[in-house]
Amino acid sequence: MSATTNDILLLAFGSFGILVALTFLGEVLRAREGANFDNPVLDTYMTRVQSWWGMVAFVGIALLLGKAGVMTLFAFASFAALREFLTLTAKAQADHISLALAFFVVLPLQYIFVALEWSGLYTVFIPIYAFLLLPIVSALRGNSERFLMRVAETQWALMITVFCVSHVPALVTLEIDGYADRSVLLIAFLVMVVQFGDLLEYFFGRRIGKRRIAPGLSPKTWEGMVCGVVSAALIGGLLSWITPFGTLGAMLMAAIASLVGMFGSLVFAAIKRDRGVKDWSHLIPGQGGFVDQLDSVIFAAPVFYQLTHYFYF
Amino acid sequence: MSFIRQFAARIVGQSIRIFARAITAVRADWQGIEPVPRQRVYYSNHTSNADMPMIWSVLPPAMRRTVRPVAAADYWLKNKVRAFVGPEVFNCVLVDRRPEVKDKPMDKIIAALDEGSSLIIFPEGNRNMTDDPLLPFKAGLYNMGVARPEVDLVPTWVANLNTIMPKGEVIPLPLICTVTFGEPIHVKEGESKDDFLKRASDALVALAPEGRG
Repeated sequence: MSATTNDILLLAFGSFGILVALTFLGEVLRAREGANFDNPVLDTYMTRVQSWWGMVAFVGIALLLGKAGVMTLFAFASFAALREFLTLTAKAQADHISLALAFFVVLPLQYIFVALEWSGLYTVFIPIYAFLLLPIVSALRGNSERFLMRVAETQWALMITVFCVSHVPALVTLEIDGYADRSVLLIAFLVMVVQFGDLLEYFFGRRIGKRRIAPGLSPKTWEGMVCGVVSAALIGGLLSWITPFGTLGAMLMAAIASLVGMFGSLVFAAIKRDRGVKDWSHLIPGQGGFVDQLDSVIFAAPVFYQLTHYFYF
Repeated sequence: MSFIRQFAARIVGQSIRIFARAITAVRADWQGIEPVPRQRVYYSNHTSNADMPMIWSVLPPAMRRTVRPVAAADYWLKNKVRAFVGPEVFNCVLVDRRPEVKDKPMDKIIAALDEGSSLIIFPEGNRNMTDDPLLPFKAGLYNMGVARPEVDLVPTWVANLNTIMPKGEVIPLPLICTVTFGEPIHVKEGESKDDFLKRASDALVALAPEGRG
């Protein structure tokens, strides 16, 4: 068994350990409520923990399978996320072909380019080629009603759910000196620091949060966010052994990823509020949709990728 | 031979269901009724030929076995594949809408209800190609409600299908489709046909998600 596989298993069992503790906590609380219990907060918590079990298992298996596993997992996640996003955007029948192209050509090509490690192409393919081609296809149908809105919303959908999400598996393709086949661990690092940062941001926000960041949009508070980012940095430091960054570097990278992710989460809250929905879809029990689940990771991924590329390549 | 056909019908039915789930992640939103097997007439908006398979796909197995979509004979008997799928996979009640035929649609529908089947019907009669949420309802729903007043008439809104597969397009878009079941209605004592159809239509439109069809 290679050192990388060993480390993935170690992280997976570590996460399972945490999940066992969280499940145990939930069951104790449930037992204390007694037989005729009716506590929606606890129910949501338990459903979420159950979804987390599945998530850790899926990501763990994908990482163990290596590049192919990671590409497949995130390509499917992208597809589900794009489907949720485009369900809520402005569109007309004139966009039918360009939307079909987005689903069945742009999305697969982006992941093929990532798998082929053509970094010169997958970093520009969507912002240049897809963004220019798809409006042309829509314009050819000759319907100008709400045209700019239709084009812009489709582009944002692609940017968020395909371009950004594909930067998570793209981390595998980075070849860092002395790190070689271990780059798959960068995914574990990114996902863990961002998600734990979010969890602790939520926890501290509930406990000591006072000043809202964006009142009327999200319950996030400055206090919660600072605690979340600091926690992410600490977790990043603890996990620095799986990264090529060194302890301080890992803490800084974790803090940046977590911070960008939290603001990204705010952006998604604004979009959902605008469209009058609570969740992006219903596909993940307790969490909502795939965009709800990926959430902060979406904004964090390209920034984390570019910084790693810039400083460590 | 009939065993093989039945088996094939089941396989085709499951494939349609899995395909619908994979593409549109179709799901049921039980707002006004519980997903329990009791006799109901699900009446729905009609924008695409995929409406009926969507409703059929979200029903739990026990309810799917007893439900019969009411559909046009001229469409489902056009070729051999349709003649297999319509009557045998979906167990459609095929009605002939031409005025000259002796076999009146309402007789067949009432007969199906008397056998204990639930029904799926599209009271607009035709696919709605306009920008209005619904076309005016035909009298069929009212006649059913008068003839068998104990049966629940359940408004059933299928969202998004006109974007997923608009008329004239070849490739379906994988967008999320939701089937919303509302509170059942019945024909009230002394209620006129027009009043009832208006009430039924309003109850259905009320289920449509805001701003989206």
